[in-house]
Amino acid sequence: MAVEILMPALSPTMEEGTLAKWLVKVGDRVKSGQILAEIETDKATMEFEAVDEGIVGKLLVAEGTAGVKVNAPIAVLVEEGESADAAPAPVKAAVAAAVVAPVAAVAAMAAVVSKASADWPADTKMKTMTVREALREAMAEEMRADPTVMLMGEEVGEYQGAYKISQGLLDEFGPKRVVDTPITEHGFTGIAVGASWGGLRPIVEFMTFNFAMQAIDQIINSAAKTNYMSGGQMGAPMVFRGANGAAARVGAQHSQDYAAWYSAIPGLKVVMPYSAADAKGLLKTAIRDNNPVIFLENEIMYGHSFEVPDLPDFTIPFGKARIWREGSDVTIVSFGIGMRYSLEAAELLAKDGISAEVIDLRTLRPLDYDTVLASVMKTNRCVTVEEGFPVGSIGSYLGSVIMQRIFDHLDAPVISCTGKDVPMPYAANLEKHALLTTAEVVAAVKSVCYR
Amino acid sequence: MATKKEPAKSNVSKDELLHYYREMLQIRRFEEKAGQLYGMGLIGGFCHLYIGQEAVVVGLEACTKEGDKRLTSYRDHGHMLACGMDPKGVMAELTGRSGGYSKGKGGSMHMFSKAKHFYGGHGIVAAQVPLGAGLAFADKYLGNDNVTFTYFGDGAANQGQVYEAYNMAELWNLPVVFVIENNQYAMGTSVKRSTKSGTFYGRGLAYGIKGEAVDGMDVLAVKAAGEKAVAVCRAGEGPYILEMMTYRYRGHSMSDPAKYRTREEVEKIKTEKDAIEHVRDLLVNAGLASDEELKAIDKEIKDVVNASAEFAKESPEPDLSELWTDIYA
Repeated sequence: MAVEILMPALSPTMEEGTLAKWLVKVGDRVKSGQILAEIETDKATMEFEAVDEGIVGKLLVAEGTAGVKVNAPIAVLVEEGESADAAPAPVKAAVAAAVVAPVAAVAAMAAVVSKASADWPADTKMKTMTVREALREAMAEEMRADPTVMLMGEEVGEYQGAYKISQGLLDEFGPKRVVDTPITEHGFTGIAVGASWGGLRPIVEFMTFNFAMQAIDQIINSAAKTNYMSGGQMGAPMVFRGANGAAARVGAQHSQDYAAWYSAIPGLKVVMPYSAADAKGLLKTAIRDNNPVIFLENEIMYGHSFEVPDLPDFTIPFGKARIWREGSDVTIVSFGIGMRYSLEAAELLAKDGISAEVIDLRTLRPLDYDTVLASVMKTNRCVTVEEGFPVGSIGSYLGSVIMQRIFDHLDAPVISCTGKDVPMPYAANLEKHALLTTAEVVAAVKSVCYR
Repeated sequence: MATKKEPAKSNVSKDELLHYYREMLQIRRFEEKAGQLYGMGLIGGFCHLYIGQEAVVVGLEACTKEGDKRLTSYRDHGHMLACGMDPKGVMAELTGRSGGYSKGKGGSMHMFSKAKHFYGGHGIVAAQVPLGAGLAFADKYLGNDNVTFTYFGDGAANQGQVYEAYNMAELWNLPVVFVIENNQYAMGTSVKRSTKSGTFYGRGLAYGIKGEAVDGMDVLAVKAAGEKAVAVCRAGEGPYILEMMTYRYRGHSMSDPAKYRTREEVEKIKTEKDAIEHVRDLLVNAGLASDEELKAIDKEIKDVVNASAEFAKESPEPDLSELWTDIYA
């Protein structure tokens, strides 16, 4: 019987990929384990092996095709004498495409809103790029401008970055400035802090911030506190960056949002961008800052495209929130991937006649209280949205600030939408429930609007 | 440790020996004064005295040049004095006054002087080890021939991050001298009760790092070993490990009843191995210095230390506005 070969998922967050090369042709007899094709994901180019034996009856996707959805049929294997047309209809492909559709819609919407930002002149020429490319450009530009800027971390050099953020940097800047480290977060973080005292501006890439737990003593006790303890003699001009928060199906130890943890520490600056433009502009600012900056990225967002100003040297200042969408009924405050749910929710709420103002904090330390308070004084209602745990969240602190400073302006309690108070489960259905959803944001907004 | 022997006549100059004598004595008198001020309630919190270990830092400082860096643990007063920091500024930091090196905001364990290339003063056991490797990383990157002296104790030597730092320091040939001040006790736990490794420097061999054990009570032996280690690092062949066999006379901190060792053990070392007495004997036996000459130095140092204590008492507490400064650079 004919067997369909489906586009494989080659990483936890992969939704689509490029069929770079076929290594078999129609009529070839393949064995299980034989390499059928090379598939390029946004992280790497991978070889794809056959599971079943048979004869290649049909190649359904041409070499070089980009955007092939996971689970879409790419070839048909037949048995001797069988017709390739006997394969069943590609039902799964349609389902896969439908699942990812809302994400694309948000990205498209983001592109439109980005143009109206106050961070660059209105007539600025824009270019489309992914968050990944924006981060890479920011590092490359700053490394070109300042010879003391260097990157260190696991797989940043020869491997070209575990998530391809540093792709090409080793070729341009060499192994002196793009330093592959052993898997020893505690040690290399301490080395980077020492190097920052010694006159360098290190960028430390953590493969994910989950691994930075090994190094948190050096980040907090050595990097964040020394300027104060030395009476202002020794700041640590450096950036700690990497993927933060949940990816997909990687379980409790690899799925945690550390925004609230690091934001609790005086001496650190904390950045958590959503768009590619902010990722680029804020990372450049972070590299130039004379303090230790925690720069929290998100694996799911790496591949998303946004409009970015096509300017030779474009930066975004710390401590300035961005109003993505103006509204009059309620203020939704978020940051990082939480913005995805917030913007989706605002779109859905608009259909129900609720006008939501959506604010992206962008930097959590310093935090732009003025923009948040001014908005809440206008709308009189506030919902905060973040992926992290509820206890001691950014939202709970913001709620207390709002209550203490503008209590009389509130028409409803502030609600904090967060991830659930549980370690991240692995099972797909449980994980979905543990994570924040757009529906929860919509429900919270309706609740504070008494609708 | 060996019994006290009549010191052989050394070929070291009078000036050099007097320098060691003066430096070591200053640390000892300073620490005694700090202990006194602690007893009077003028110094608070933790206060870890360096008495007994003076030869280690004084001998190694004699191997340094301008631009070399040093950092250590919380037992740091001696290191600061030895690298030329002002005793007044150090003592005033101990009393938490505005005239202290960190404006009173760091305290005994957290003091720094960028001007003297002293990078702390670290309160977290062994944190300074990768930090020191990092300072050396920067020097290598910047292409100079500076060396970083990273001091830590036998207690810190059991921390994991030490070995992460060793691995990378050797991998990248960083110009760092790892100085293990093996004073035999990690707080109250003797080396014998914390490891079955024969030596601490020997662990570096597993990473390919050269190293040796040194009589840390003999400033001349320390100096000789230091010269060797520094030469290796300046030649781009670092790192190097020096395990200094030394002894602390006082408790771990001021609140240590020292029940983990006998009074006899401490007395034996003081009598047979004291680093300052050793240099004094060298000077006197060789006829290089008279008792009067040494007494004059004693008096001079006493005055410097008393002046530092006076300064530390007189210096005002930091202005309350200082609470909110220096959080960010």
